[in-house]
Amino acid sequence: MKLSKWFSRDGGERQLLWPCVTLALLCGLNLLVNPHFLALRTLDGHLFGAPIDILNRAAPLVLVAIGMTLVIATRGIDISVGAVVAIAGAAAATILSTQAVPSGALVAQALVAALVVGLLSGMWNGVLVSFVGMQPIIATLILMVAGRGIAQLLTAGQIIPIGAPAYLFVGGGYWLGIPCSVWIATVAVLATAALVEGTALGLFIRAIGVNPVATRLVGLRSKAIVFAVYGFSGLTAAMAGILISSNVRSADGNNAGLLLELDAILAVTLGGTSLLGGRFSFAGTILGALIIQTLTYTTYSIGVPPEATLVVKAAVVLAVSVIQSPAARALAVSFGSSLVKHRGVAR
Amino acid sequence: MRRVFEALARVVDPRTLPIAVTILLFCALFGFGSVMYTGFFSWQVLLDLLVDNAFLLIVAIGMTFVIVSGGIDLSVGSVVALTTIVEAVLSEHMHLSVWIIIPIVLLMGTVFGAVQGALIHFFRLQAFIVTLAGMFFARGLCFLITTQSITITDPTFQKISAFRLNIGVGSVSANVLIALVTLAAAIYVAHFTRFGRNVYAVGGNPRSALLMGLPVAHTRIGVYALSGFCSALGGAVFTFYVLSGYGLQGQGMELDAIAATVIGGTLLTGGVGYVLGSLFGVGILGTIQTLITFDGTLSSWWTRIVIGALLCAFCLLQRLIERHAKSVTRAGGTGAVATSGHGHAHAETPAPKPDSQVLGRAAG
Repeated sequence: MKLSKWFSRDGGERQLLWPCVTLALLCGLNLLVNPHFLALRTLDGHLFGAPIDILNRAAPLVLVAIGMTLVIATRGIDISVGAVVAIAGAAAATILSTQAVPSGALVAQALVAALVVGLLSGMWNGVLVSFVGMQPIIATLILMVAGRGIAQLLTAGQIIPIGAPAYLFVGGGYWLGIPCSVWIATVAVLATAALVEGTALGLFIRAIGVNPVATRLVGLRSKAIVFAVYGFSGLTAAMAGILISSNVRSADGNNAGLLLELDAILAVTLGGTSLLGGRFSFAGTILGALIIQTLTYTTYSIGVPPEATLVVKAAVVLAVSVIQSPAARALAVSFGSSLVKHRGVAR
Repeated sequence: MRRVFEALARVVDPRTLPIAVTILLFCALFGFGSVMYTGFFSWQVLLDLLVDNAFLLIVAIGMTFVIVSGGIDLSVGSVVALTTIVEAVLSEHMHLSVWIIIPIVLLMGTVFGAVQGALIHFFRLQAFIVTLAGMFFARGLCFLITTQSITITDPTFQKISAFRLNIGVGSVSANVLIALVTLAAAIYVAHFTRFGRNVYAVGGNPRSALLMGLPVAHTRIGVYALSGFCSALGGAVFTFYVLSGYGLQGQGMELDAIAATVIGGTLLTGGVGYVLGSLFGVGILGTIQTLITFDGTLSSWWTRIVIGALLCAFCLLQRLIERHAKSVTRAGGTGAVATSGHGHAHAETPAPKPDSQVLGRAAG
């Protein structure tokens, strides 16, 4: 099976046209400001440069966004991912802080604990959405509200510093000259794409998004699939939590992953995945995440106050959703045709 | 067991059950505090619930209208922050009077909300996404104006902030009076005006509302404008409360407002809810905070965990009521419900709402 087919089954390259153009425009803008924007150099055998920096910083967002992509494809939404990031980081840091010089086994234990905690959080959301039947936004709102409380409970309200070299390697180390976090994100994306698009699972998820009732009547175990999708979203959020806590060398229950859920939703939307469900593209989501990170990089490099990023993001979200909206297209078409008519009359 | 439940349901109407539970819970929490901690059971502690949460009450009132209309507004917290900043800048840097500043910010909030409503209605966008963008936008504007915290030194501001009205042995601030007037006005608007009825109708079933010839566009835009107005008023009240403007103010307030509304018995599917319920919702959130303060050994993060747990309990209760209402109608045999498939995981589908609810509402 071809790789391109793994990434998008419907719409093909046309669906990815807009995200690609946006990313290219952003890179072009950066090149105008700084001609060496795309330059890479090696230092101590590691690659350095703006593109590597953007990839490195985008890795947690990519991880969260691929989980979010699947959730949104089932017509759901998961707004608890930021809180899960905080919980996972807190869980790992708490375990690491039990020994002054953490052993390798303890680091492994911390990593597994963080992933398990994330998976459990996702499963909790999954139970509420698929078996209890709550609206996804409300079901995940519960964990979003309580999650930061739980994270602070784990860290006793402190910011726990992390010193274990093996743990820090995960988010800050390099392998073959490329940051570990980029490797992790790449492997996760490829594994997910293989699992979802290499099997019928992708088709099932799209079917649930298109028509949940019909999917159930056809005999698919849609409840189990939706449950698994939320569990997966929790797992990817936990992976992001590990990367973030390892990168900043501490676990902060209050601020780790703050507003990450919004960035993830934005990345998914930018990538052309419909919020109405039934259509998704991993490649689009990754492009979306890269666009967001490049945008942040650009605002810093141009010298716009970083706070303005929020306003720009708001404008981008609105523009993308208006472009996606069929009602807006119909409005534009009728406006255009009336304009043409009007001109005709004037002649 | 089933017969007992049905008998209970007849006594307690499904539409009023959540609010009854809320009021009971509020009394239980307050009673618990009174028994456990000395000095808790006093008129002033009760009044302080209002004093400390007046801004949240006002914001939650706006949120109630939005949720009853079937939408959601995530921008409220950042509009509150924007209001505090604009007030502080206008007062400290431009030296305008309070009486000019307040109308300006209220107008700003209303226009902000109306624009969101227009986007949601005319472009058929999801309320969640539009108000999310609004949240980013307002928060970004705050930081573009200033990243500093500005203290307000204007004497009129300070006078209003220090104002206390004695009620019995306790006292309340001007904020409480503003909040109570807003509450009274909101109850009037919700239950005694055409706009209020339209909000319930649109929330119950937008398609029916449209077919009935109700002004759906006006109502939808009006609801978000009202929420924007309430956020700005909440922001003004918050400014009196803290006497400063800061862009990080009100972070997570949208969550508190949604939680208060849901705990207050408003159904998230729209069409059902009471403004008065939100008063008790805010009261419960405030009581939890007061309980934790009185206890002294519990840390502040327990507030969030308890609020999350309560939110969960109330959502489960809502699901239970919905399912029960549905099963009753099924037994009655309208037939239409059986094919609606509403009981599925994705309650967010624009598919028809459970007819039982609509029928129940129409009957009431």
